[in-house]
Amino acid sequence: MRQERQSRLLGWGLFLPAAIFLAGFTYYPMLSTLFDSFFTTGQAHRPSVFAGLDQYQDMVDDPIFWQALRNNALFALGTIPTSIGLALLMAIWVNGKIRGRSLLRMAYFTPTVLPMIAAANIWIFFYAPQIGPVAHVLGLFGYGQMNYLGSSETALACITVVAIWKEAGFFMIFYLAALQNMPPNLADAALIEGASRTYYFRRVTFPLLLPTTLFILINAVVNAFRMIDHIIVMTKGGPDNATMLLLYYIYQTGFTYWDSNYAAAMSVVLLLLLAVAALGQFLFIDRRAHYQ
Amino acid sequence: MTAPPRYASQNWLETIAAWVLGILWLLPLLYAFWASVHSAGDATRFDLAAPLTFDNFRHVWAAAPFPRYFLNTFLLVSLIIVVQFTLSTLAGYAFARFRFPGRDLAFVLVLLQLMIMPDVLIVENYQTLAHMGLIDTILAIGMPYFGSAFGIFLMRQTFKSMPKELDDAARVEGAGPLQILWRVYIPLAKPTYLAYGLVSVSYHWNNFLWPLIATNSVTSRPLTVGLQIFSSGDQGIDWSIITAATLLSVGPLLIAFMLFQRQFVQSFLRAGIR
Amino acid sequence: MRFTEAKAAMRWRGAAAAIGLIMGAAGLATPAGAVEISFYYPVAVNGPLTQLIESMTADFEKANPDITVKPVYAGNYGETLTKSLTANRSGQPPQVAVLVASDMYTLLDEDAIIAVDDLAKTPEQKTWLGGFFPAFMQNGKDGGKTYGIPFQRSTQLLYWNKDAFKKAGLDPEKPPANWDELVADGKKLTQKDAAGNVSQWGLIIPSGVTSHWLYQGLATPNGAKLMNDQGTETYLATPEAIEALQFEGDLSHKYGIMPSGVLDTGTTPNDFISGRAAMLYHSTGNLTNIRTNAKFDFGVALLPAKKHRGSPTGGGSLYIFKHSSPEQLAATMKFVVWMTSAEQAARWSIGTGYVAPRPDAWETQAMKDYAKSFPPALVAKDQLQYSVAEFSTHNGSRTTKALEDAIESVVTGNSTAEVALKKAQTEATRLLRPYQH
Repeated sequence: MRQERQSRLLGWGLFLPAAIFLAGFTYYPMLSTLFDSFFTTGQAHRPSVFAGLDQYQDMVDDPIFWQALRNNALFALGTIPTSIGLALLMAIWVNGKIRGRSLLRMAYFTPTVLPMIAAANIWIFFYAPQIGPVAHVLGLFGYGQMNYLGSSETALACITVVAIWKEAGFFMIFYLAALQNMPPNLADAALIEGASRTYYFRRVTFPLLLPTTLFILINAVVNAFRMIDHIIVMTKGGPDNATMLLLYYIYQTGFTYWDSNYAAAMSVVLLLLLAVAALGQFLFIDRRAHYQ
Repeated sequence: MTAPPRYASQNWLETIAAWVLGILWLLPLLYAFWASVHSAGDATRFDLAAPLTFDNFRHVWAAAPFPRYFLNTFLLVSLIIVVQFTLSTLAGYAFARFRFPGRDLAFVLVLLQLMIMPDVLIVENYQTLAHMGLIDTILAIGMPYFGSAFGIFLMRQTFKSMPKELDDAARVEGAGPLQILWRVYIPLAKPTYLAYGLVSVSYHWNNFLWPLIATNSVTSRPLTVGLQIFSSGDQGIDWSIITAATLLSVGPLLIAFMLFQRQFVQSFLRAGIR
Repeated sequence: MRFTEAKAAMRWRGAAAAIGLIMGAAGLATPAGAVEISFYYPVAVNGPLTQLIESMTADFEKANPDITVKPVYAGNYGETLTKSLTANRSGQPPQVAVLVASDMYTLLDEDAIIAVDDLAKTPEQKTWLGGFFPAFMQNGKDGGKTYGIPFQRSTQLLYWNKDAFKKAGLDPEKPPANWDELVADGKKLTQKDAAGNVSQWGLIIPSGVTSHWLYQGLATPNGAKLMNDQGTETYLATPEAIEALQFEGDLSHKYGIMPSGVLDTGTTPNDFISGRAAMLYHSTGNLTNIRTNAKFDFGVALLPAKKHRGSPTGGGSLYIFKHSSPEQLAATMKFVVWMTSAEQAARWSIGTGYVAPRPDAWETQAMKDYAKSFPPALVAKDQLQYSVAEFSTHNGSRTTKALEDAIESVVTGNSTAEVALKKAQTEATRLLRPYQH
């Protein structure tokens, strides 16, 4: 009994230091934000008043909010499966005996190391009409004259590509670590039984990678809503709100319009959305993941 | 471990595909090398005969107190890594191996933090740190990141994947839970720490907005803030200068990564051999 | 437990030592008894501006040994505003900052700034206050009081590529003076290559970030007044405003002399320098950049007229923050007066390419020499008589966004100017309703 109580105390004790910082710099500000969302933003000549759910009603009536949500959904659909798939592919390649392995590893990871400010500016050049490489390549197919970042039809696709480029290498590292951690006897056993490569992957590797996949999937979902650095530099939500994403709209509302309480209301909604999405996955997959 | 030959990719089609992808991924960096050694006019054309110049680097170096910024960034990133590793390891261990009341709820709350972007909480965090009198210090930049849900989640997953037999074996030898952590789990998790370190260093080396708001003086500002000067608005984008500034600031990171690659591989290999 | 505790303790001690060292170094600067003021400034143009600011503040400190100025580089205009207001909300604002002239209403609504008239106590200060170009004062006044002091201001210019003009058979010394000439010249200058792709465009008017400012370069010559002087009403859907925006869209979709879609403000100077476009609407702030990098002969002119000449003003002004001690306010006032005195204004203008905001700055020897060696610098000054305020209202970022969304929808071809601007006007009216009193 005492052992158990000690164990429980120890558990909390180990968690406590991290918990303190999380509480101070995330939970407390977030609660304060939630509280603020029920009031109008105070200004010099119009003090803040209690507004109940009015801010939330304004959100429902706000066409830009809905467009941001729609764009974010498309952005997520574009980035999540692609970057995870590429990451897995990259990890498998780099884990094997491919020639130039270490150079490839560096190449795939480079986007993570470059600061987004610089990378985004370089991508602006890549997408620049007529003079950029994209224009040159697509020109061979007859699409050379388009204004890629400046047309509402193509802008979202362009920034999705940039996001995938930035993310895939980041996820690859975790797959790589997991692959390296796999016990060798499994491969030997499969070899003896004459299993093919795809069979081995499907029945052995992939299931064992589930904890890592879960981790990556949750991060990918969250990142699909968190990545706005490239939008800040490249399109600022335009053209005509074609690349307006929810977090960017929140940021703009809070720090450009200084309507912090409306931003707070939207933050709460974003948080709830992510909570449902990420936790849902967690609860679903965590039960199935094979832990030793 | 590297997969045994039968299951390792070797055919040439895959090699080519992997290489094409690699080159595509490297293109922006390659462009950075090109643009930084050409003048502003030549940077956007690919004339191989255009003259090379190091003026951009000279200009960038002269415009900001780089050595100080480097020192600040180095101190900042080291501080964050050390604290994050410590706190995440302890907390991850707690979630992976201990039962305590409220554990699942606490973990859900931790996951929640993953979704809260610190950038949205800038004003509140600034106020907290102002109350503590810490504005304009390196500590102020790092503090909001010390509690890392990403790290806790990562360590929890890693520790959970470790065979329970190791625990039992160590316990038989009389080790207490903390000794098990120190002697068994942490060494085995080395590849994960490397991955986490890599990712955290990159993020914080390149973080911009919060450090800008939280600091005022050269004595505490990191590289990104110092280099923002080159992303000027009114005059249009000068790719030569921006790429020169970028290379100067991530140069050490890239070099370290290149050197560390060997460590990376060796530690991965060592961890796999049982 | 012991290991981890000891390690943690060591780390905390180490961190505390590092902090102490750093704070100590920072604290050495202020001599005893001096008033210290902090000055947030953005950098929006290339050049060794940090050094220039630091040498100017050092000179000020020499002349005023009882005042210490701490200049803090704060990013671009948007970031400087964010930093200033975040600090203000925490009760520790800077004493003075350079912010976009049209930010005034935002600052007033945040209760952040103080009227300069209230601080102008001596006769010299009062005279100084009246010595700026009226065009530059327009964005800085509210309710009869002055809040923004012009510091790094600009107007919009037409840049034209003389070599391209010659090649197209146009007189290289004669830029288009009105919209009809603009279109006619543009058509001659737009050239296609063998495959039918455009190799050189006649004109580029940026429509990315700050598209409202470039749009004003068309609206103002057409006689459209976009907002009232109190910043409480907008007039975005008047026939003149609609005609101007429709013209901007027509330049691509009807006359074919401008690329369609949103044209990023950041890449457009490069488009002009590389010869991709023969004419460009842009800020005087770009003069030095284009002069340094263009390998061809170019000219700058007043914006082409429609009903008359016209241009918006732009750039940044100095704002004095309210919540400082009386000593700090007095010291800040001295600093602001000094930084915008004739010699300093000339010095700043020559070093950055911004337009010196006072007539007496243009009379200094340094400025006269500079203008003689580089006549295009005078063009911006000549346009001041036709210049109006930049679009600015309460809740300004939002009303500006409504206008910019309209502009973007027209240049991308998604909407006509009439539909777009009517929508923008409805939105702006809704946003400004709380400010009608």
